Amino acid sequence: MGLVTPELGTFIWMLLSFGIVLLILAKYAWKPILNALKEREESIEDALSSAEHAKEEMAELQADNERILQEARKEREAMLKEAKEMGSKLVSEAKQKATLEADKVIESARLNIESEKLAALSEIKVQVANLSVEIAEKILRQQFADDQQQKNYFKKLMDEVKLN
Amino acid sequence: MKYIYRLLLIFFFAGTVLPVFASDDEHAEHDSHNTHQKEKFEPGSFIMDHIADSYDWHIFTVGDFHATVPLPVIVHSQNSGFHIFMSSNFHHGHSAYKGFSIAKEGKYKGKVVEMVKGHEVRPFDISMTKNVVAMLVSMFILLWVFISVAKAYTTRQGKAPKGMQSLVEPIIIFVRDEVAKPAIGEKKYEKYMPYLLTIFFFIWLNNLMGMVPFLPGGANVTGNITITMVLALFTFVITTINGNKAYWKDIFNTPGVPWWLKFPIPLMPLVEVMGVFTKPFVLMVRLFANITAGHMIVLAFVSLIFIFGQMSPGLGYGTSVVSVLFIVFMDMLELLVALIQAYVFTLLSALYFGMATEEHH
Repeated sequence: MGLVTPELGTFIWMLLSFGIVLLILAKYAWKPILNALKEREESIEDALSSAEHAKEEMAELQADNERILQEARKEREAMLKEAKEMGSKLVSEAKQKATLEADKVIESARLNIESEKLAALSEIKVQVANLSVEIAEKILRQQFADDQQQKNYFKKLMDEVKLN
Repeated sequence: MKYIYRLLLIFFFAGTVLPVFASDDEHAEHDSHNTHQKEKFEPGSFIMDHIADSYDWHIFTVGDFHATVPLPVIVHSQNSGFHIFMSSNFHHGHSAYKGFSIAKEGKYKGKVVEMVKGHEVRPFDISMTKNVVAMLVSMFILLWVFISVAKAYTTRQGKAPKGMQSLVEPIIIFVRDEVAKPAIGEKKYEKYMPYLLTIFFFIWLNNLMGMVPFLPGGANVTGNITITMVLALFTFVITTINGNKAYWKDIFNTPGVPWWLKFPIPLMPLVEVMGVFTKPFVLMVRLFANITAGHMIVLAFVSLIFIFGQMSPGLGYGTSVVSVLFIVFMDMLELLVALIQAYVFTLLSALYFGMATEEHH
């Protein structure tokens, strides 16, 4: 029976010492240990998450770089294209202008030529008229040297008039 | 680790030097006792003597020489007041001192009694018995180990654990993550961690020290009903103090039970209230019974050697081989039990705390 009968003396000793040890351990051992463990776990978690974060940022940065590069490439392409277009436009414009100018020149030349031609023609006409008058005068002078002939011719002219 | 060896050495020397003072000139008195012992070996009393608490710390007996560490006896008699003296004054229970003696049989067998008018009267006895001293030693070890570990955490902040720190850290984390967190819940477990860690390490250390057959081990601290009672009492008090409204409502107005079980005869509440007390009671008995039973089995195997040895020495030697094998096996088992019982006590305490603080679903 002694084995299962609680002893008051032991009870008091145990109650007191266990209580005191519990308090001391709680304050000077468990609290710092548990806090340190918690802190360490948190710092590890923090480090891991920040590493993850850094990785993400890195990837983002890389993506950004890629994007910027792509944009730059696109821009360059666009610029090149624009320049090309501008060039070709310039060329075509110049061509057009040149054609226009040439046309104008040609036109004016043509007009000039036309007027020259007209002038020349009228000159020629005058010349021809003068010449023919001269020739006619000479011919007439020769032919109308005799009267008969003059009469014949006159008669002939008169006939022709009738016919008309 | 170096310090542990040093500590063990100190205790070892304390255990070997002190007995010399304790067992001086006691041959005459022990002769009769020894011859009596030689006559017949009683396994029952042999086992009980080793399991029970005592006023001195017996180490070994060689012939007439009893190596024991005397421990202070502190008693308060209603007649003569307080007395403090060493237990060596009893000469291993064979003589009286100042009217006090150790009862040889009867209700107070093995305890200090005072003869008052021819009757054995038990005085108010707060002697530092073997169990008390062993318990204090274990508490000293606990304090020293864990305060130094705590110091290591502050001095080696942010570094990997080292030495003792790395030995106890996984256990502390185990108690926190596998016992406290699932049993009590993420939100409230922190408050109970100090208590859970203390009982876990106290029970485990004392279970282990109880298995060591020499000083400062050898005392059956966790196999002592008073010790386990105090531990269970702490769990009970903490559970009761922290019990929330839902906990008490579950007890006095158990949900999910037909009304006629609560009214007019409050059958369920009665059962539930009984449960409040049986829970710590079972904690107390489980630890006590497991540890005591383990010690009993080991001692029974030791007894076998003496029983057969009394029949014939050859038989005794033969039995010893088998017995030692069984004892080794039992000790292995006990090593496991030492941890399991510490774990079970802690886990159940945590579960009770969890039940007391659980929010209603």
